[in-house]
Amino acid sequence: MMSINWFKYSSPATFYPLAGRLVPLFYTLAVLFSVAGLYVSFFVAPTDATQGEAYRIIFIHVPAAWMSMFIYLVMAFWAGIGLAFNTRLSSMMAQALAPTGAMFTFVALWTGALWGKPTWGTWWVWDARLTSELILLFLYIGYMSLTAAIDDPRRADKAGAILALVGAVNVPIIYFSVQWWNTLHQGASVSLTRAPSMAMTMLTGMLLMALAAWMYAIAAALSRVRLIILEREKHTAWVQQLLDRKP
Amino acid sequence: MNWESWSAFWHMGGYAFYVWGSYAVTLLCLAGEVFLLARRRRTLLKTLNQMHRLANQDRNETPT
Repeated sequence: MMSINWFKYSSPATFYPLAGRLVPLFYTLAVLFSVAGLYVSFFVAPTDATQGEAYRIIFIHVPAAWMSMFIYLVMAFWAGIGLAFNTRLSSMMAQALAPTGAMFTFVALWTGALWGKPTWGTWWVWDARLTSELILLFLYIGYMSLTAAIDDPRRADKAGAILALVGAVNVPIIYFSVQWWNTLHQGASVSLTRAPSMAMTMLTGMLLMALAAWMYAIAAALSRVRLIILEREKHTAWVQQLLDRKP
Repeated sequence: MNWESWSAFWHMGGYAFYVWGSYAVTLLCLAGEVFLLARRRRTLLKTLNQMHRLANQDRNETPT
């Protein structure tokens, strides 16, 4: 049986160069999926019967909203692993994901406002979906401020992990808010249990843009985790050797 | 093909402000993050290299 020593990659010293090789690959994939996704979104997907061209905001709004929730869950997962097993790299990964997740949350809120105005007649309402997504943004900001405010990185990891894990409760609330409460926001556009409520080409555009968002998020998080590794391991022998090689 | 001309494309059926406002700010956010990451890497490597050089100098100057 083939065996790969996965623990080898949980060491920052071996993960650093590996991540460095993966970053350009994921940026390239992000660009390719974006080009394909934008082409389908603007030139293949037809005009919407009820919303006209305004609906084309969906191609960034939905992928950004998915990423905002998904990145949070991945962040909470790594933070939790770091808390439970005291693994350095997992906590660094959690910290590397937070700014990218916050960015996607902001994009989801921003594009939502610009979509809400022409279709609902308002930029913002304090309903369950919008409010819980705003709380998600505050959770990201809270996590980043908390971990930045504590000088000792190990203690910062622990405090951040508790906040991230408690805040994870908010993610299912966002996701199911459109079913649990009366809201202006429409229900899920894509579901595993029923046929999609949109034209196939629209769905294709949205999925391509979602893939682009995924690839971008991986690239950005990996390139940030490399910086965090360097910052935290600067006194170790392997970083000193790295600096010897690349003056 | 959805658009009769480029001007129709940019006009976005009257929703240009909302559609392009969404795409432009998203692009700005992505570009901003990539820029900040690159800048953080540059300054970090500069500091680390300086620290490393100084440490090497100290080591060489100390009589053995």
